[in-house]
Parts: sequence; structure tokens; C-alpha cells
Amino acid sequence: MDTFIQTFFNLDIMSQAFPLLLKGAVMTLKLCAVVIVCGLAGGLMLALAALSPNRALRWSAIAYIDLFRALPPLVLLVFVYSGLPFAGVRLSPFMAVVIAFFLNNSSYFAEVFRAGINAVPKGQTEAARATGLSQAQALTYVVLPQAVRNVLPDLLSNTVEVVKLTSLASVVSLSELLYSANMARSVTYNASPLVLAAGMYLLVLWPLVRVIARYQRGLAVN
Amino acid sequence: MRFIETFFNTKVMADYMPDLIHAMGVTLGLAVATIITGILCGAALACLRVAGLKLVNFCIIVFADIMRALPPLVLILILFFGMPSLGLNISGWMVVYIVLSLVLTAFSEEIFWGGLTAIPAGQWEAGRATGLSKAQTLFYIAFPQAARRGIPPLVNRVLATTKLTALGSVIGVKEILSVSSSAQSFSGSATPLTMAAIAYLIIFIPAVIASHKIERRYHFAT
Repeated sequence: MDTFIQTFFNLDIMSQAFPLLLKGAVMTLKLCAVVIVCGLAGGLMLALAALSPNRALRWSAIAYIDLFRALPPLVLLVFVYSGLPFAGVRLSPFMAVVIAFFLNNSSYFAEVFRAGINAVPKGQTEAARATGLSQAQALTYVVLPQAVRNVLPDLLSNTVEVVKLTSLASVVSLSELLYSANMARSVTYNASPLVLAAGMYLLVLWPLVRVIARYQRGLAVN
Repeated sequence: MRFIETFFNTKVMADYMPDLIHAMGVTLGLAVATIITGILCGAALACLRVAGLKLVNFCIIVFADIMRALPPLVLILILFFGMPSLGLNISGWMVVYIVLSLVLTAFSEEIFWGGLTAIPAGQWEAGRATGLSKAQTLFYIAFPQAARRGIPPLVNRVLATTKLTALGSVIGVKEILSVSSSAQSFSGSATPLTMAAIAYLIIFIPAVIASHKIERRYHFAT
């Protein structure tokens, strides 16, 4: 029991590692902000393309979505970070992470948006058009608000997945939370900094997971 | 032309093909073991929750929340680097298998439980009224319906979890990504990474397409 506490919950080591981890957490937050915003915007564009009447546009969007949903995000990241330099494209770890995760997240968010838009009855668009709104206005003011409300829990749980995903950036030595914790682990030969990092992830993500669970229960009951 | 030389070099492909095929076997084995363990344990926990024991249910909920909120890579590093200090040496394969199984258990428990709570009370009453015990009603009437309802989200979650087998590369499991990254540094060519991407596509594109079909097929069951 004592070795267990010394290995995983060593408070001295945790307090030593804390400033480093805090710096890492700031980087994780920055990364999340960029990746989530880009993923949402890209996902919405892709969803609209996947529902467009133009056949070429529709099929290329669907192919893009399926392709990047089939590739593990870590494979994309390694490919962008260590593969692209062979083609003369050298990216900073931050850029590599943003690009790789954009490819992955935008296709996941696109699927969510597509389901949401599909669930809005066609009569809504028709009614909006009949009152004189343009196609774009009907989409922005009538269809999208309802679509987003339809899939809000899915959007939230996807966002949680994105935050969890940013921990993969440690593999390309971007100094985010997990990377900093693992650095502290290798210096101290002790797993406590990793446990501290786990605690910091839980602090942010547990409440979100609870909110999603409550939301889904509410839907199941209705 | 240089592009093909860099990313689709046939000589490099031929050299590393046997290793990569072996690695695909490791990835598939890890994936299948995780799927079986995760779904069975998740179903068992969801059924256990029906019994309504307060303390047990509290533990299940906390377990499911933590496993859904923590990034899997954090858990993998904690187990991989922490366990040896406790005198337990577990292989990288075992660590990835345990962590991914726990994660899938948590998600599938929530999915099955969500399905079970959506079963109308009349189903239970009818089962009991025909003389079935509570357990029999659960196994023959409630659970099959709950499972059917849960198939689309479960398929998505299984895909997401099996793609995480690529995390094994971080702790030296000889799966597709780690074999191809070391081949990439040995050969000084990006071709092995292309091969890795293709290997994942061979495994996951059929799975993604199947998931669309399944989603459509069970859409009306929910």
C-alpha cells in the first residue's frame, strides 16, 4: 500500500511538477481552442457540401469524411509530422497537430452536423423560402439553429473527444499537458506527475461528461 | 515523379511488406480482443445496474465517467510506467489491451444502460406477468431490445476504440504504426508511412461503410 502511494500519489513530486504541468495545461487549452474552432467550422462546411445538390461536390465531401474517419488520428499526425518533410513540407509540432486533427475532427463534426440538418423537416426550408428568404438566409436563420439544437449532445461529446485527442500531441513533443507530465515522470522516475495530469484532465472533462449524460437521459425519457 | 519515389517507392514497399503484414495481425488481434472484452464487460455492468444496488451503481457510474473523461494515452502511460514500480511487469500489448478494454467497457455500459432505461415499463410488467423471473425478463425481453437500440452508437464507439490501438506505438507494441515508423527511420523514406495509412484503410474503410449501412438499418428501431 505504501509503495502504491509512493508510486502514484507522491505529493512532494506532484507539487514539484505542478508549475511545469500548469504550463502544459495552458498549451493544451490553446491547442483545444484552435482545434475545436477549426473543426467546427470545417465540419459545418463539409456537412453542407455533403448535402449539396451538386453531385461532384457531394461525393468528394463524403469521400473526404469517410477517408479521415477511417484513419487513426495518431497515424495522420505521424504522417503529417514525419512524412511531409520528405516532400519538402516542414511543419512545427503545433502546426502539424492542428492540420492532422483538423482533417480528423472536421469529418467527425461533419457527420454530426449532417445528422442534425437531415433531421430538420423539409417544410421548414420551404416555408422560409415562401416568406421570401433567400436560400442562404433560410439556412442560416431557420435550418441551422434547429439542426444545432437537434445534435447539441453529440456536438458536446465530440468536443470532449477532441480535448482528449490533444494528448496525442505529446507524441510529436509539443509541450502540452501530457508531454510535460511525462517529462516530469522521466526526470523523477515516478508516475505521480502522470496521475496529477489525469486529475487535471478529469477536473475539466468530468463535468462535461456528466452534462452530456444528463442530456442523453433527458432525451431517452422524452 | 519525385513524389512517387518518396511516398510510393516500390523497393521499400517490397522490403517491409512482410513486417507490415505481421503488424496488421497484431493490430487486428488487439482490436478483436478489446472489442470482445469491452462489449461483454459493458453488457454485464449494464445488467448489474438493473439490480438497483446503490453502492454498486455508484461505483459503476464513477468508473464509467472517469473512463469516458480521461484521455486513453494518459492511462496507458500511467500503467506502463507505474506498474513496474509495484513489481508488476506487464507487456505493452497487455497495457493497451487493458486500457482500451476499460474504455470500451465504460462506453458500452452507458450505451446498453441508455437502451435499458428506454424500455417501457409495460415490457417488464408483461414479462413478469407471464411468469418469468426478473432475471429472465432482463435477459429474454429487456436486454435484447436495449442492445438493438444501442447498435448504431456502439458500432461508432467500437470503431473509435479500435483505431486507438495505434497508441500502442508510443509504448513499443509492434502494431502497424510503430513498425512503419521504425521502418521509415531505417529506410529514410516516407513510403512505410504511406503503407501504414493504406493498411489502416484496408481495415477501416469497410468498417466505416458497414457502419453507415448499420446506422440506416437500425435507424427506425430507435
